[in-house]
Amino acid sequence: MSLVAAARPRRLGRLHVPKVTLAHGGGGKAMKDLIDDVFVRAFDNPALAPLEDQARFDLALLTARGDRLAFTTDSYVVDPLFFPGGNIGKLAVYGTVNDLAVGGAVPLYLSCAVIIEEGLPVDLLRQVAQSMALAARDAGVEIVTGDTKVVDRGACDQLFITTAGVGVTRPGLELGAGRAQPGDTVLVNGVLGDHGAAILCARGDLALETPIESDCAPLYRLIAALLEAAPGTRFIRDATRGGVATVLNEIAQTSRVAIEIDEAQTPLREEVKGFCEILGLDPLYLANEGKIVAVVPSAQCEAALAALRADPLGRDACAIGRIGEGEPGRVTMRTTLGGRRIVDMLVGEQLPRIC
Amino acid sequence: MKYVDEFRDHAKAQALIAEIARLVSRIETARQRPLHIMEVCGGHTHSIFRYGIEGMLPKEIELVHGPGCPVCVLPMGRIDDCIAIAERPGVVFTSFGDAMRVPGSKKSLLQAKADGADVRMVYSPIDALALAREDPDREVVFFAIGFETTMPSTALTVLQAERDGIRNFSVFCNHITIVPTIKAVLDSPDLHLDGFLGPGHVAMVIGTAPFEFIARSYGKPMVVAGFEPLDVLQSIWMVLKQIAEARCEIENQYARIVPEAGNTPALRAVSQVYELREFFEWRGLGSIDHSGIRFRQSYARFDAERKFAVANVKIADPKSCQCGEVLKGVIKPWQCKVFGTACTPEAPLGALMVSSEGACAAYYQYGGVRRDDAA
Repeated sequence: MSLVAAARPRRLGRLHVPKVTLAHGGGGKAMKDLIDDVFVRAFDNPALAPLEDQARFDLALLTARGDRLAFTTDSYVVDPLFFPGGNIGKLAVYGTVNDLAVGGAVPLYLSCAVIIEEGLPVDLLRQVAQSMALAARDAGVEIVTGDTKVVDRGACDQLFITTAGVGVTRPGLELGAGRAQPGDTVLVNGVLGDHGAAILCARGDLALETPIESDCAPLYRLIAALLEAAPGTRFIRDATRGGVATVLNEIAQTSRVAIEIDEAQTPLREEVKGFCEILGLDPLYLANEGKIVAVVPSAQCEAALAALRADPLGRDACAIGRIGEGEPGRVTMRTTLGGRRIVDMLVGEQLPRIC
Repeated sequence: MKYVDEFRDHAKAQALIAEIARLVSRIETARQRPLHIMEVCGGHTHSIFRYGIEGMLPKEIELVHGPGCPVCVLPMGRIDDCIAIAERPGVVFTSFGDAMRVPGSKKSLLQAKADGADVRMVYSPIDALALAREDPDREVVFFAIGFETTMPSTALTVLQAERDGIRNFSVFCNHITIVPTIKAVLDSPDLHLDGFLGPGHVAMVIGTAPFEFIARSYGKPMVVAGFEPLDVLQSIWMVLKQIAEARCEIENQYARIVPEAGNTPALRAVSQVYELREFFEWRGLGSIDHSGIRFRQSYARFDAERKFAVANVKIADPKSCQCGEVLKGVIKPWQCKVFGTACTPEAPLGALMVSSEGACAAYYQYGGVRRDDAA
């Protein structure tokens, strides 16, 4: 059911040129044609159609679904725009939807602001918009408002997208990075590092051919199932930039607890392992776009794992570690060899080693 | 992963540790003081921390992290020279990833990039040559660093550029040689070492003979070691076995990669393009005779130092920085005055804090578990 009042249908403009030019950002008819033809046509929903400056929602319908509004935003600047397993549009929808879902919210609406470098092929923009529309349908959200800017060549890299998302959180649900307690178990929903490895490969400058695809996926249903099965869940976070290592450090620092993970239990695709070996990268710091780290009370660990594994996006879910009583704020790893090392926050970007 | 997991096997590691403990109990010296074994190569330092090897060894063994991290021993002046080249109009400056964060006196290459210099990360000198081919109007410079391990690849790239008649490509040569450096470490008066893990990938190129002087003249055992954790453990065991049996030899644990005679075609390419410098400046260690190489006159047109009249800036290491003492194994990283305070991976003062192969960064990042025990 849509929470937005229906509007009268209107005739959509058409775009007849192959490339976006500065004229399409000028506010006139060219811009209206671009928005109509590319975005409104793809996103097609009653809240967007009237092209008001804002989408309007009935508060009563929102409050019927929860007692708190969840609101988030994220920008997407991925290079290349299309990569194995996804593209910038899919990422821009799933990324923001997941940011809502990990807090326990039901994702409902997205905004979509695009910054386009002049010269971008219109067909490419159409593909991205259609991909966003598909992803939104898949994730059960509507893209209800947006903005378009066109900038000079060189002022941005082809296409940047910013999406903001609104969702509703049901009463009683309290998740937070500060809620982990000694004895809790740390879970992930599958193999790590696929997105980061896929993007690095897709850039082409490594001359490595791999079958690695981005894990880009909407996680709302998986998370809902997890929360249903393990209502005591303390915290969930999607392990995007900075990877699992960064999320674990946030939990350790915020909850003032120690976390020990077990390298042998850390699920990795063979190809990602090999990729990291060759480049001297640590898969714990590689980005994911369809993976969560969840902290659950150990008594609910089995139920949580069963719920995750019942979903195709959580088939390879496993427990990778536990919250311990060691030095607060510190994440350590038991290595496959039997040694122990610290897993710290990354300083900057991971840079490949020379030899 | 095949041929990788086998070298990280938990049960085999435990068996080796038990054997190492048994050997240590046979060594008389170990009852009075810890045995100091230096891993020369930064690759070993990385493996030791990555797998938590130090904390698994008996307390009688102390690993000393040697000078074999090429990023760590780059002096500030050379980075300033890089930046001077990179900031010239029309230059595309290419570098391996982990050299980009090394601090110069004013900034790093990453900061120079942010200021507008065209600095690009490449994965091999051949990538830099490809850039030169694609863009004949720009001068592409490759920042060549590394020991004998990486020398052949830059030498072969230069030979390729010569064959293809590419004129807009040059190399800023900062290659260094390991043997004079090990000698400098051995001559250092404030140092006591009981044995070495030899640099496996350097030996892959130069063979094992150049290390013979360590046993012959200095009476220290060395085992040329591989980089997987079981390689490292087995090599430590082999060094201890020599000590226990009062032997002193250069042994080769890494025979699956290292031929005793080295790699002749690679050495031929290196000596065709390069010759020894009289001396080269090392961060923390000062000037070491014959420890660097430069282009031969016949390849001068590929030499960025000559092409861009590089100033050869000399900048003293920061006073508070004790990289030299750490490199020589005189102090442990956390005993440095500025470790973790004025010098952190976010804002490194000394180069040992920059690369993941640097002893200080490795301690900071992976943490010596034994360090916690000591603290």
